[in-house]
Amino acid sequence: MTDVGFSATRRLILQGAGAVALVGLGNLLFGLTPALAAANDKYPEEAFKAKSEADAIKALYGKTAEPSDKVKMDAPEIAENGAVVPISVMTTLADVTSISFLVSENPVVLVASYKIPAGTLPNVANRIKMARTSNVIVVVEAGGKLYSASKEVKVTVGGCGG
Amino acid sequence: MASTIRVRATSSGETTEVQALIQHPMDSGFVKDAKGEIIPAHFIQQLTFEHDGKNVFTADWGGGVSKDPYVKFAFKGGKKGDDLKISWVDNKGATDTTTAKIQ
Repeated sequence: MTDVGFSATRRLILQGAGAVALVGLGNLLFGLTPALAAANDKYPEEAFKAKSEADAIKALYGKTAEPSDKVKMDAPEIAENGAVVPISVMTTLADVTSISFLVSENPVVLVASYKIPAGTLPNVANRIKMARTSNVIVVVEAGGKLYSASKEVKVTVGGCGG
Repeated sequence: MASTIRVRATSSGETTEVQALIQHPMDSGFVKDAKGEIIPAHFIQQLTFEHDGKNVFTADWGGGVSKDPYVKFAFKGGKKGDDLKISWVDNKGATDTTTAKIQ
């Protein structure tokens, strides 16, 4: 518990120091967002409530993504079982700090968001649920910018309905 | 109780590839049971991997991750015999932790 308390305090101090330094530079808006994002390792509660991909991406990163062919997603054309859809992503982009998976037609659009510290490869595989046929979107944060790839996956039997 | 976490971490010399499989219902809160009643949300929210005192991977999950979730990633470094510590916490505050040896 003391560890948690200590690192939380330290983070606050670092965040505060960063903000002060940036205000000093007269660079408030440009600099604050990455400083906050870097210090934020809390569970992104708000982003997991978003009902649209734009809202989820904004809640997570505070900016918008541009499509990039450097983000390579591996997803099935047709998923027979929407409860288990294997999706993986890899990218040749440098300085990747985060990778997120979204499904546009799911009741909660954001499925998973991974933090990639320096030294961890920008290459993640996981299995997600899909309510119905939908676009699957992968967002990669690299060098402070957002890049995305999207692919339609046809679902024969949904994984979220009742 | 046996651990809910099964993990295989394999070092290739330069990088360590990690595959983890966790037993968890991952109920999204949108599915109804046979009686037509909503099964309450119950899913892992955060899963972390630590090597050598340093966080190497953090997963933030919602209810859209499949039951008994699986994830694969790789990081630079890690030798055979090193410890890899894996922990998760779910939306009801339950947690589990295990330490695996890198092979």
